[in-house]
Amino acid sequence: MKTIKIFAFVLLAGLASAFTYKNMDAAAGYKVGDIATDFSLKNIDNKKVSLKDFKDAKGFIVIFTCNHCPYAQAYEDRIVALDKKYKKLGYPVIAINPNNPEKQKDDSFDLMKVKAKEKGFTFPYLLDEGQKIYPQYGATKTPHVYILQKTAKGNQVKYIGAIDDNYGDEKAVKEKYVEKAVDALLKNKEVVVKETKAIGCSIKA
Amino acid sequence: MKKIIAIGIVFLLVSCKSEEKKEAISNPKPLKTYSKDGISIDSYNFLGLEPYLKKDNDTTYVVNFWATWCVPCVEELPNFEKLNAEYKDKKVKVLLVSIDFPKMAETKLLPFVKEHNLKSEVLLLNDPDANTWINKVDSTWSGAIPATIIYKGDKRRFYEKSFSFEELENEVKQFQN
Repeated sequence: MKTIKIFAFVLLAGLASAFTYKNMDAAAGYKVGDIATDFSLKNIDNKKVSLKDFKDAKGFIVIFTCNHCPYAQAYEDRIVALDKKYKKLGYPVIAINPNNPEKQKDDSFDLMKVKAKEKGFTFPYLLDEGQKIYPQYGATKTPHVYILQKTAKGNQVKYIGAIDDNYGDEKAVKEKYVEKAVDALLKNKEVVVKETKAIGCSIKA
Repeated sequence: MKKIIAIGIVFLLVSCKSEEKKEAISNPKPLKTYSKDGISIDSYNFLGLEPYLKKDNDTTYVVNFWATWCVPCVEELPNFEKLNAEYKDKKVKVLLVSIDFPKMAETKLLPFVKEHNLKSEVLLLNDPDANTWINKVDSTWSGAIPATIIYKGDKRRFYEKSFSFEELENEVKQFQN
């Protein structure tokens, strides 16, 4: 009996420290220039997707987004447009829902399928099962963009932040941050605006 | 005696009024005022909001960024309301800065404020180019809500987290000493 108790205690302590570690990770995350780790996450067609599957890609527009957040919803059409424009140029959109469906029912795997169909998503829409990938990136909210470029060292982070400078009104957008960054990368130029901030819904882990 | 009281009252009224005037001068004009069912909310761009984040007096200001659609924000609102009520006479003022979409101000925000009978002051921040102002609120803010600033004069702290009433009260007490 005693051994069980001790075992349980050790297990609990281990769990507690694991969570602390996870939180610290989330606060850190990637900076521009870091190499992003690959992942294997379940897509809405039930198949696993990894960055290494995209042999012909030059890089990726990784977007942490979700179903329920009004800011994410405001950008859905613009995310579809980004994929349409840049997939053929070698920068496909990879959308990842970082939210725990237990905490946010609207972000369940089944409702992700519904959303993708409704909005005509042309890109993978992956579930971060167990909420393991978003803390590595350092994503804090939806939507939150990471542009990666394939290099000899791996997928290097080139831009972190917002899609553009106006969530509310697409017609009033003055700065298309993501497009400018990818356009620069396609011309082998340095990304000028490497980091931006935007309001978003906090990730529900 | 009656005369003295009367003069006193007049004096009080006058002094209140002049203070109101001062406040009106230092606060910029709202972009728009939304009104419905006796509830009225002013909207500002960031330039208009900024003076609310920089008042220099002996009041402790608790400024919470929230939205009606943000579940953790709505969950913690009663704690801010309780703080505003219980610390009203202890020089603490809560300001609730909504970042709801302006087009939903009349359909979502005003009915929410009425339904929840919010007593703290509510403003609507209408400034879609958040990249220009998030760092001015705090350089460590990622842009996720809920987020809160507590400040008194030059002393200020920023929190990108949810608050229980106890946590909120503990933080505010550190500003009052």
